[in-house]
Amino acid sequence: MSKLFEETRSLKAPVWGVIPRAAWPLVVAIAIGALIYFGVSPLVGGFVSKVMLIVGINIVLAVSLNIVNGYTGQFSMGHAGFMAVGGYVAAGIVYYGSIKLWGSADPAGGILSIVQEGPKSGPLLGKGDFLFVISCLIGGLVAAGAGYVVGLPSLRLRGDYLAIVTLGFGEIVRVILQGSHDQIQPWKAADAAAMPVYELAWKLGGPKGFNLVPTYTTLFWVYFWAVLTCIAAYRLKSSSSGRAFLSIREDEVAAQAMGVDLTKYKVRAFVFSSFFAGVAGGLYALDIGAISAGDLNFIKSFDIIIMVVLGGLGSISGAVLAAVILSILPEALRDFQSYRLIVYALLLIVIMIVRPQGLFGVREVWDLKIFKRRGGGLGGSAGGAP
Amino acid sequence: MVGVDDMLSVENLSVSYGAIKALHGISLRVERGEIVTLIGSNGAGKTTTLRTISGLVRAAAGSISFEGVPIGKLPPHQIVRMGIAQAPEGRGVFANMSVDENLSLGAYARHDKEQIDKDRQRALELFPRLRERLAQSAGTLSGGEQQMLAIARALLARPKLMLLDEPSLGLAPQVVATIFKIIREINAGGTTILLVEQNAHMALNVAHRAYVLEVGKIAMEGPAAELAKSDEVRRAYLGHG
Ligand SMILES: Nc1ncnc2c1ncn2[C@@H]1O[C@H](COP(=O)(O)OP(=O)(O)OP(=O)(O)O)[C@@H](O)[C@H]1O
Ligand SMILES: [Mg+2]
Repeated sequence: MSKLFEETRSLKAPVWGVIPRAAWPLVVAIAIGALIYFGVSPLVGGFVSKVMLIVGINIVLAVSLNIVNGYTGQFSMGHAGFMAVGGYVAAGIVYYGSIKLWGSADPAGGILSIVQEGPKSGPLLGKGDFLFVISCLIGGLVAAGAGYVVGLPSLRLRGDYLAIVTLGFGEIVRVILQGSHDQIQPWKAADAAAMPVYELAWKLGGPKGFNLVPTYTTLFWVYFWAVLTCIAAYRLKSSSSGRAFLSIREDEVAAQAMGVDLTKYKVRAFVFSSFFAGVAGGLYALDIGAISAGDLNFIKSFDIIIMVVLGGLGSISGAVLAAVILSILPEALRDFQSYRLIVYALLLIVIMIVRPQGLFGVREVWDLKIFKRRGGGLGGSAGGAP
Repeated sequence: MVGVDDMLSVENLSVSYGAIKALHGISLRVERGEIVTLIGSNGAGKTTTLRTISGLVRAAAGSISFEGVPIGKLPPHQIVRMGIAQAPEGRGVFANMSVDENLSLGAYARHDKEQIDKDRQRALELFPRLRERLAQSAGTLSGGEQQMLAIARALLARPKLMLLDEPSLGLAPQVVATIFKIIREINAGGTTILLVEQNAHMALNVAHRAYVLEVGKIAMEGPAAELAKSDEVRRAYLGHG
């Protein structure tokens, strides 16, 4: 292990070598997030930026769902449920946290999370940003906990049965959240500030949804997380876990016979996958400034499944590309509102007939032949049928 | 009963699938360095026996111990790590993965990279056909090649005990002969083998000892050469009138 580490390090330029392996994803994520937020966004304008933000959140969702549905071949239909869990946790922490910490639910972010267009001034990070980042992390962790619980039955259930259980999970989450108590409105901030945390934790707005949450989600944060999700998914796929995942998907019994611990990997897939779904939920809620469990029903789960299927079960770049296409398409077809669903459905039908394995199958863009010829490609990733 | 050299010993093993009782208290043992074969007709419970030993199926009663350690309650992935590898019935290769990736998965539970490379070389020497097809996806191999891959993959686990489930199934006679020759070579290299077969003729020829399984019970046992001569075995399994 340490030997391998040395080798990879020595390949890089000395300056890069200083950065430890674990910090790399953060560096890349910050760089890409900043590039898109400061570089691309002002050039393309408000509408395109908004679409890019939706694209980014969908990338996080599709790439993370791919870990369960693509890598291990389990069929989860509960991704929106994990998103809801993370979204509510994050929104709750930011809203009540702001009130508790500084008495009001107004945004308190720095330049990185100022949502309005135009020139921005002030510090890069405000006090609210820390709360925001922590809230997304905790949202992800709580969702991961839920993923652990939902992952356990996946040991005994397969195919349709697991799909039904995860579908049921999503609906249970929705019903429970819709049964939460009324939100304490911003103008009663003083009441909320006086209340103990455990009471606030259940005042999530019930059927009306959780609203007026200060917004922090910008293209920077969305692409920061999108990059982290992709890197995590890639590392998972190219590690020995990746081989274990793909072998489970191929043949559970044979995988066990090779010494793959089925319990560990099936549950691990759910935990990783739901963590990022939870984060995506947080980004989503803190973009809109509101979250409603009713919107995150099985239809939302289904939208994400379609992205994964279109991109290719197991392919990260496929999921990214599908998330881009399927997020932009509805926006582009807005003027033809009535034809939108038809085009969307036709596209899927054609794909399913022409390429049932999805655009890329289990492979990545850089595994394709056109890139291979130049001797490039990261290679080494688990292959699929030609 | 239990000999000092027993590598594997199975005592009074009973297995049920729901209401169907597949094994009714069978006992068998495999000594270090042996090839032991388990023969019997369709549905006798041979596959069930192997799957129970490797932990894929849970026994209703009885015990299994490997090198003196009870393994009946261990999960399959730990049993593999103790040194039991299986080439499953119907080969069970990962069809959408390449031959190379299948071999890598065979060594999944190991971390001694240098020895793995050596074992891979050795497996490819035993099965030169696989070497020519390393990049080919396993699902497109011929039946015989898939069987070779299943055995080669089990070899890469560097097992002390190798469980082979009908390696001759559906193969042309020449290929069967090759496979059995290789089984002998693997055994000569120090690997103990428990071989399940319907091809009783070949199995009794290659094995040291044999058990005959009939509807979930051991009907006969003894040195392979003796069983091959017994009238009952000749009539029922060797096709002599
Ligand atoms: N998963 C299962 N569910 C229910 N019954 C099973 C299952 N697997 C095996 N059986 C039954 O258990 C009995 C023994 O089956 P097993 O596969 O062990 O036989 P076998 O000796 O390997 O036969 P063959 O030579 O045909 O492979 C059979 O009657 C079979 O129908
Ligand atoms: Mg069988």
